[in-house]
Amino acid sequence: MDKKYRFSHKHILGLEDLSSADIDFILNTADSFKEISSRPIKKVPTLRGKTVIHLFFEPSTRTRLSFEIAAKRMSADTFNIAASTSSAQKGETLVDTARNLTAMNPDIIVIRHSSSGSPRLLANHIKASVINAGDGAHEHPSQGLLDLMTVKEQKGRISGLKIAIIGDIAHSRVAHSDIIGFSKMGAEVRVSGPATMLPPGIDKLGARVCRTREEAVEDADVVMALRIQKERQTDPLFPTLREYAACFGISKKVLKSAGPDAMVMHPGPINRGVEMDPDVADGRRSVILEQVTNGVAIRMALLYLIMGQDGNE
Amino acid sequence: MSKTKNMLLKNGRIIDPVNGLDEQADLLLVDGIIKEVITAGRNASPAGVETIDVSGKWVVPGLIDMHVHLREPGEEYKETVSSGTRAAAAGGFTAVACMPNTIPVNDCQAVTCLILDKARKGFARVYPVGAISKNSRGTQLAEYDELKRAGVVALSDDGMPVADSQLLRRALEYSANNDLLLISHSEELSLSKNGAMNESALSTRLGLRGIPHVAEEVMIYRDIALAHYTGRPIHIAHISTRESVSLIRRAKEKGWPVSAETTPHYFSLTEEAVGQYDTMAKMNPPLRSPDDVRAIKDGLQDGTIDAIVTDHAPHSSLEKDVEFDQAANGITGLETSLSLTLALVRDGVLTPGKMIELMSVNPARILGVTGGSLTPGNPADVTVIDPDMEFVYRREDIVSKSANSPFIDWKMQGRAVMTIVGGRIMFAR
Repeated sequence: MDKKYRFSHKHILGLEDLSSADIDFILNTADSFKEISSRPIKKVPTLRGKTVIHLFFEPSTRTRLSFEIAAKRMSADTFNIAASTSSAQKGETLVDTARNLTAMNPDIIVIRHSSSGSPRLLANHIKASVINAGDGAHEHPSQGLLDLMTVKEQKGRISGLKIAIIGDIAHSRVAHSDIIGFSKMGAEVRVSGPATMLPPGIDKLGARVCRTREEAVEDADVVMALRIQKERQTDPLFPTLREYAACFGISKKVLKSAGPDAMVMHPGPINRGVEMDPDVADGRRSVILEQVTNGVAIRMALLYLIMGQDGNE
Repeated sequence: MSKTKNMLLKNGRIIDPVNGLDEQADLLLVDGIIKEVITAGRNASPAGVETIDVSGKWVVPGLIDMHVHLREPGEEYKETVSSGTRAAAAGGFTAVACMPNTIPVNDCQAVTCLILDKARKGFARVYPVGAISKNSRGTQLAEYDELKRAGVVALSDDGMPVADSQLLRRALEYSANNDLLLISHSEELSLSKNGAMNESALSTRLGLRGIPHVAEEVMIYRDIALAHYTGRPIHIAHISTRESVSLIRRAKEKGWPVSAETTPHYFSLTEEAVGQYDTMAKMNPPLRSPDDVRAIKDGLQDGTIDAIVTDHAPHSSLEKDVEFDQAANGITGLETSLSLTLALVRDGVLTPGKMIELMSVNPARILGVTGGSLTPGNPADVTVIDPDMEFVYRREDIVSKSANSPFIDWKMQGRAVMTIVGGRIMFAR
């Protein structure tokens, strides 16, 4: 690492704000933290005395748990707030929530919210650091970073790899962070899915649009399927899950044209038999559970880095 | 409030397209009426008349904004008839037409009369626009005869566009009895639903649901086709896209009874103003692409677009200091419209005369109201403009009750320095 380099971000709002040097530094830091989670005593004192609040306006199991485990393994004090999304319903605006939280002096707020840009709104009104744990259809930076970490771990590099992302690109914050992250690190990103789920200008984020799943998967080093959100069925994006599975599901047959060592990823939770066949999800190419493991390491690294690496260790 | 004054506006540049005037002259206002344009050379200073030197300034027919939201009754915390007309006068407007989406909706004489009653103590003329449908719900026609007798000058379900084509057709036909113009906010709601900004690469990057430009265009086509079919005029509100301009242009070539307006933000800003989720750049229709901005300017220049309006839409921090997708649509505009339009004059897009057509002559003609010229005998509604005055539009100087403007802290050039309504000076700086 370049000696002059210094990680200088106060907030983690999206991969768009990070340089490739930043991403490299985060991945290396996460790598060094990963070992902690395999110790018998999984705890280091790095963030002792720091307060981390998990402010989740959308239901989440794994992301919230992963952040919480990461913070606890770093010895931070953690608090969870599960709030209703609608400010009208809740009777308090996000800005007021921010002001109230500031009055209690937390160090880090981890926020998930259905409105794109809400982590930035929070960051504009709070003294603490803000980590975006997923905002609307915008970004999910820690997921993007754990995906990068998983690929780098398996392949030894990211640059020059062919990454195929299949599914609902338009509504997926994971896809957005992955496209930005992988293309920033020098990979070739291809996307495919129903044309109704390929948003305008996705190429400007760094992705090549492929008409078919087969075209995207050909010779790919990484094949990632995105979760189909069944609750989106009110908007007629595709006729049936049956037809979706037939055209865009990842099966063993589809993977035949991928590279010989192609790895299979999914941000979870999986709709088995829709975007991915069970034997692929559980097969030898799948790194889905490694993604989950690396998620904790990435989040430990982010908590550490935005505290300015000045934990009281 | 000032009394009616007899005054001589001396040595200004009189710009009065209706009478073919653009020359140095004096304007005499007596008893609230335009008495005479006194051309250079004739030194007339009648007795009992105050002389006001307006050298270097433009003297024009009072500006008319045919699309504003005054929020009264119902949302007086955002704006009132009084504060809104004060902002209008500060921006050089002698008259405004206010949209019916108040609470309750202006769909009956009670609401119309309340607005007009408040307007008597206001700072500009107020022309209420009534609702097309009862409660603007789009299911039942409002009572146009009652509304007309109460004083509405046009009909619109602005902000709640009429989805049912048969209802719009019947509204066009039925409004003929009272000779009322329909103003359409053209938006196909099934295409724009839940949208927060223009649909584009930027909306994808920001993860915001897009409003495609076609949502505006398909509805404009429906609206003008129905106008043509029924032979009844329709005025298309706040157009924002290239294809919208093109549709209006072709309709006019075919002689269809259509007119159209746009706003200063559609020729002054692009969607890039959304930046990092700046809710001051959120409005409906949304800010569009640079290509659309070029087309809007072309449409203003070639006469396709008849009027510049503000769509002045005051909101408080309650509606704007929230998540972008939950923020209210709309920005204020009365105090910045003239300055932003003068920038088009400096850029050579518009001549001063053309600007006055867009901001006074045509709005008066389309609505069928007084004003739009300095013809002797007309009410003395006059705006004096200093085209060179430089200023910064600062939050603390805002006259409107609300400050939801993307133009705060902009450096501007040119503004109204005096606004005269019926011979009374309503605003001067």
